[in-house]
Amino acid sequence: MSATIQTLEPAAEQPTRLPPQMTSRLDGELLEVSMGPQHPSTHGVFRMNVALEGEIVRKLKPVFGYLHRNHEKIGENTSYLGSMPYTDRLDYFCSMTNNWAYALSVEKLAGIEVPERAEYLRVILAELTRLQNHASLLGFLLSDMGAWGTPLMYAFREREKILDLFESLSGSRMMCDYMRFGGCRVDAGVDWMKLAKKIVDFFPRFLDEFENLIVENEILIARTQEVGKLSAELAINAGITGPMLRACGVNYDIRKVDGYGFYPRFKFRVPLGEHGDTYDRLMMRVLEMRESIGILKQAFEQIPAGPVMNPKVKIRAFRPPVGEAYGRIEGPKGELGFYLISDGGTNPYRYRVRPPSFINLTVLEDLCLGHTVADVMVILGSVDIVMGEVDR
Amino acid sequence: MESLEQIKARAEAAVPGAKIDIVANPGPSQQSSLLIDNEHAVAVAKLLRDDPALRFDFCSNVTGVDWLDRTVKKTVKVKKVVDGVEKDVDETTEEKLPGYLEAVYHFYSMTHKHGPVIIRMRTADRADGARLSSLTPIYRSAEFQEREIFDLYGVRFDGHPDLRRILMWDEFVDYPMRKDYREPDDYEYEPTPHDDVLEKAKQHYSPRPQLDGAENITAQQQ
Amino acid sequence: MIGTGILKGMAVTARNFVGSYFEKDRLITVQYPEERTPLAENYRNFPFLIYDTDDAEAGLRCVACKICEKECPPQCIYIIKSEDKKPDYMGKPQFYPAVFDIDISVCMSCQICVEVCPFEAIKMDKVFELSRRERFDALLQRKRELSKSNTYYHSICPTEAAEVDAKLAEAAAKKKPTPPPAAGSAPAAEPTPAPVI
Ligand code: SF4
Ligand code: SF4
Repeated sequence: MSATIQTLEPAAEQPTRLPPQMTSRLDGELLEVSMGPQHPSTHGVFRMNVALEGEIVRKLKPVFGYLHRNHEKIGENTSYLGSMPYTDRLDYFCSMTNNWAYALSVEKLAGIEVPERAEYLRVILAELTRLQNHASLLGFLLSDMGAWGTPLMYAFREREKILDLFESLSGSRMMCDYMRFGGCRVDAGVDWMKLAKKIVDFFPRFLDEFENLIVENEILIARTQEVGKLSAELAINAGITGPMLRACGVNYDIRKVDGYGFYPRFKFRVPLGEHGDTYDRLMMRVLEMRESIGILKQAFEQIPAGPVMNPKVKIRAFRPPVGEAYGRIEGPKGELGFYLISDGGTNPYRYRVRPPSFINLTVLEDLCLGHTVADVMVILGSVDIVMGEVDR
Repeated sequence: MESLEQIKARAEAAVPGAKIDIVANPGPSQQSSLLIDNEHAVAVAKLLRDDPALRFDFCSNVTGVDWLDRTVKKTVKVKKVVDGVEKDVDETTEEKLPGYLEAVYHFYSMTHKHGPVIIRMRTADRADGARLSSLTPIYRSAEFQEREIFDLYGVRFDGHPDLRRILMWDEFVDYPMRKDYREPDDYEYEPTPHDDVLEKAKQHYSPRPQLDGAENITAQQQ
Repeated sequence: MIGTGILKGMAVTARNFVGSYFEKDRLITVQYPEERTPLAENYRNFPFLIYDTDDAEAGLRCVACKICEKECPPQCIYIIKSEDKKPDYMGKPQFYPAVFDIDISVCMSCQICVEVCPFEAIKMDKVFELSRRERFDALLQRKRELSKSNTYYHSICPTEAAEVDAKLAEAAAKKKPTPPPAAGSAPAAEPTPAPVI
């Protein structure tokens, strides 16, 4: 953080009057602060240009692009298969769901069927991803609030167990590169299933402890309730998705709406918030984790035996027919979509990622106005961003 | 959800003068789209959002597509009289289609839980000042995504409240997602043994053979 | 009463602190490098080339077909095909790679080269302690460093290696009535040691 000017006049009659151009007029009314990009609480290389009046945020402009590597151009210059490992690197917390979203779009584009066991495996892995993403998000959020270390380490301990599962299945903890269009790369053995079941059975204990740790904590309540309120109308209009949308009370879960994969076969509820503040967003993650555990338990019961890969799909020199497709899934952070246009060649003509955390940042300014600088960190933490996906 | 034809008819009735075409999608995904003319796009989008039967209140994805100039060869069978006999002759006509930039919007309805309806807008050409009207006043979610299209494709959106570069830095001149974009010769690179970037960069810098040893490899082979 | 929430949280911390001495799943860290967790069989890091028998040159399975070079997403494989042919492990004369480099500073361990190779010639290694003092040269692995014996493959991925051997043996049996030296059954020399740091 670096302050640029210091002369601050005593608050005049109109304290909310804004300079028309933040960069051009700095006549001492507002203090312009550049937060980030190398600040630990910005979750990566994210910068915000903030105009402060005393400690109150009066204007906030997010600045992106420090991690921009033109993922979409890379996708257009690589074969359909070659883009799969790159999708791992979008939201590097949730490579499994990224894989799934991309595979789903290609399957839509080319009309590919997926074997039943592979669909179940995908559901299992996506829900495990949701567990570990939400767990680590809560840890990060608490450490942004000053609970430095302890809750984060508890969350990471549980996350590590799930990452070990990913590693023993796909070969890598975070860059899984596990799914292929038409199925999954390798099958999960009996031992893996047993281990996964054990870890899922143990997860509620962690959740109970974590809830004890945070839910009634007075400091946490003071820091999060009524902070960063988002109205349902604005959330819908601004394209907010995922837990952040549902915290405002909008019942929209793509797992229910689109019913992709085999989600219609599972019984689960969609938790909804009421106030749309930071506390609701936080609790939304806890409740979603509980639902995920329910889905996982059902999936372990129901999963059939069989192949995990559609044998008709050619992995190499794969050429989908001419056309376009938009496929989306409910990722842990929101609606993750891939928009692909095929011209019949081996590379997509257009490869577009709809990054949920990027679009969820649209309302960051609205959430932060009128709050203190310290609250900006908490609000940003509750949006759940990963810069690999925001900047692509 | 209403079919695309019904939506088209509804929009044409409600927005007088709107020219709407259906762009067919030949692929298996069945996602055809509506091509909307530039002047009436805002009115049509407003209708899509507010019409109680449609209520496409959620603009999910906004993206640009670059279509280069292309020549389309059409082969038509024509009946011709050759040497007094009527014959079927293939006649090939070449048609030059000018390129354009396109903005594609994917709308869903959170109220009725249906969708997607896809609308597209096209610029007249691929020149630097290509313009489209912005849908950000109707859908806030288009704000960053239209900025991204401006940044990466160079489409200017009329009516956008804050049209600046978003991912590239402000001084950057070109539009990197365009299909004919060429990176500068000496842009930052990671040398790999067979990199043509290395070849290009050599024109700008004195060679640094300790970097990768690629020169030695080719020398050995010849 | 105000403060009870905090006290509850303290109780959780205390339970975790004490529990970490008794319960294994409350303390999952290990003291690397003295202690190590076993690597999963599927674990992958960087690719290596397999050779049969004990001659790294003659037994190399790779026939320099360059499919992996073409498919590698970040383009980090570099192959120059040989001019002449040498008999491969089945006795059929084949080309071989005169140069085979993988730039492991660029490789992203995606395993696509392994998936697309039709000759089971390239597999994923498990060596992860590859830090070097120098960024470019030392991280460019040449054919010599990349070649490792089938025995080594058996030692790191026993199940998968056995499957591959069976598949190759079957293919060889189909092709020729006289059994060639079955792939991998020949005792090879001791595995190539992991690169010395
Ligand atoms: S693992 Fe992936 S990046 Fe590495 S050499 Fe193989 S294909 Fe290339
Ligand atoms: S490793 Fe396999 S794919 Fe690559 S050149 Fe050798 S034989 Fe071909």
